[in-house]
Amino acid sequence: MDMHAHDRRRFLAIGAATAASAAPLLTACGAGFGGDRAKNDGSAADDITGSFDWKRAKGKTVKALLNKHPYTDALIADLKAFTEKTGIEVEYDVFPEDNYFDKLTVDLSSGRASYDVFMLGAYMVWQYGPPGWLEDLGPWMRNSSATGAEWDQEDFFPNLLSADQWSLKAGAPLGRGGQYALPWGWETNVVAYNTEVFKKLGLKPAETFDELREVAGAITRRAPGAGFDGMYGVAVRGSRSWATIHPGFMTMYARNGLKDFTVEGGKVKPAMNSPEAIAFTRDWAEMVRKGGPPSWTSYTWYQCSSDLGAKKAGMLFDADTAAYFQAVKGASPASGKIAFHPGPKGPGGSLATNMWIWSLGMNARSRNKSAAWLFLQWATGKEHLRKGAIEHNHIDPVRKSVGQDAAYKDKMRAIPGFIETFETVVDRTRIQFTPQEQFFDATTSWAAALQEIYGGKNASSVLNGLAGDLASKVG
Amino acid sequence: MPGRAAPVPVADHGAASGAGTGKRAARAVPAWRRSLRPYLLIVPALLLTGGILYPFGLGLYYTLFDFAASKPQPDLVGLGNYRRIFTQPAFWDSARVTVAYAVGAAAVETVLGVAVALLLHRSSLVGRVLEKVLILPLMIAPVIAAIMWKLMLQPSVGVINHLLEPFGLGGVQWTDTPTGALLSSIAVDVWVYTPFVAILALAGLRSLPASPFEAAAVDGAGWWFTFRRLTLPMLWPYVLVAVIFRFMDSLKVFDIIYALTEGGPGDSTMVLQIRAYLEAIRFQRYSFGISYMIVLWAVVYLVTMVLVRYLGRIQNRAAEVAR
Repeated sequence: MDMHAHDRRRFLAIGAATAASAAPLLTACGAGFGGDRAKNDGSAADDITGSFDWKRAKGKTVKALLNKHPYTDALIADLKAFTEKTGIEVEYDVFPEDNYFDKLTVDLSSGRASYDVFMLGAYMVWQYGPPGWLEDLGPWMRNSSATGAEWDQEDFFPNLLSADQWSLKAGAPLGRGGQYALPWGWETNVVAYNTEVFKKLGLKPAETFDELREVAGAITRRAPGAGFDGMYGVAVRGSRSWATIHPGFMTMYARNGLKDFTVEGGKVKPAMNSPEAIAFTRDWAEMVRKGGPPSWTSYTWYQCSSDLGAKKAGMLFDADTAAYFQAVKGASPASGKIAFHPGPKGPGGSLATNMWIWSLGMNARSRNKSAAWLFLQWATGKEHLRKGAIEHNHIDPVRKSVGQDAAYKDKMRAIPGFIETFETVVDRTRIQFTPQEQFFDATTSWAAALQEIYGGKNASSVLNGLAGDLASKVG
Repeated sequence: MPGRAAPVPVADHGAASGAGTGKRAARAVPAWRRSLRPYLLIVPALLLTGGILYPFGLGLYYTLFDFAASKPQPDLVGLGNYRRIFTQPAFWDSARVTVAYAVGAAAVETVLGVAVALLLHRSSLVGRVLEKVLILPLMIAPVIAAIMWKLMLQPSVGVINHLLEPFGLGGVQWTDTPTGALLSSIAVDVWVYTPFVAILALAGLRSLPASPFEAAAVDGAGWWFTFRRLTLPMLWPYVLVAVIFRFMDSLKVFDIIYALTEGGPGDSTMVLQIRAYLEAIRFQRYSFGISYMIVLWAVVYLVTMVLVRYLGRIQNRAAEVAR
């Protein structure tokens, strides 16, 4: 008999032993569930004592994850000043917006601390906050040893600072609970229009939603014959993404007094299928069909913005920055011919406006929190933000002092209606969504529903289906 | 057993000859090394298998829980995720879209690929030149091809509508309607992968035996008869290999559709892979997203098993025709 027979029983025995030895390995490799929520007992900010010192973390390196954006360009251009001030080096990766949030989400959910600081929107606080991925910056802000007096918290527009505060409970209002990010740059959603085509066609900026629909349709019908080849009425986003819902659509939705969800007894219930919401959504889809961009279902802010700049769109109902970057001298064929307007009012003259805040957050698992906080403090401080607003394109200041700065105002006066529009809507600009963890699922599905209605499906049945689906996920 | 007997004659030969060069060979391999050798040889295969099975097993394990970013300490739900998937209309919608896409893409690619291969096979000089051109789409990453097509299909500035305008067909909203979006996605897939089918089919055509065709020519058989009775049956195994690869890949499609339509408009191009991605990555419902992927894997596995079994039968039949 062969002493070394490799029989089946022997092989299985070895296999079983291997499997048994692999079990601890699985755990070691992190095969277990995420768990390990960030500890809430105490903050690393409490370790900072003594007088405030910019050089406290000298020699350290902060790793930042950034989205490709003009605000980012302004930050990167000024990083040398931060290093000189603190002795801290900043290493950064920049990703385009299409991939940025997936990269950030995967990185944070992996539990690694690859990045100490990162850009995020206020909506992301609702997704990243509950799992404990974001550092509560409140204790850092309150600690005078960690935060210099010149940082001046009172200088922020209060609605912006409170937009990044949340209690992590679905449906609970913003402005209470932890400060999970700091406002750094923001965008209000208004109408920008091509003055040339408006003048030629004898049009005026729309004061109501009905007028907006009429003006958009009129431009699409008449502009090509008036020398604006291929021009359509209004550029609005349409891709199957949450980003389609939050700018123009949500602004007009809110101005009509409509809600995405209602909160009753702590339960969040979908409300995008109320009769008024159905009627509004149907009208919005009709406006896009008659006066929106061709191939609307693939439209992101990049396309909307460039269409306004390329004189393909007569109006843009989106972030003011999206129009601003086309309006500055020499930036596009339409520059010098773009003006700003707060956009249509809702019934009763409502100018409720939805906003987007580019915020800066800190990884709760960062091993470099002291240096990371100095970076956040500098990046949201008066000195850098003023420089970004005046010398670069970091417009829409999150600080009152920058908004009132004479040099900033001089710069922005070159764009017709910009300052007036900004000052009209700034106090009425808020996050109009109900904070809840399933925000991205809800708004992506909402965008898909909007596409279906645009495609001719019955608005009532589509939105009822959406509300039914979301009720089980959100409630 | 030949495998185990082999070392013995070598050692014996060296010892018997007593040649100086045979000293090293003459040394008997210790028994422990001989017994260890099979295990060492199997190590790479074991590592590879482990590398495949570890994430797969881990994924399977995760599907038994309700693990999500909002619930990092999940409950055991057993097959609850699968039950939820199969009771969701969204799943069946996605399954329908996925099958429509895979069948459509694989069918068109097969017909076009074989047709192109037949054309190239007839003219050797042109064939050789065109072969080089034909392979170009395969060298482009599918996601890049999709973005390129997205630009070309733009209704107002895209080159496709510009080319169609003289025929009165301009202004088509290619990806704005549910049917248009699905057909456009299939068209991009066809553009990228038809060369793959054509190259496999061409290789098959060039390897067919000449004698059956010569005999058919002597008997005065026409082109269609020769094609139907000789070429196709003998070529079919090669084509089927291409079909299996393309069908498997099309069932798993992600990049082309995501770059072109993101699954829209509405859910009209929401294939299973995109839904799994959205669930697992975008919405961070990890267990649920992985469950989608496991279901997709099972479907692909079963379909492939059936096709591979069919391939065996086809190969036997082709061998009979060639005889």
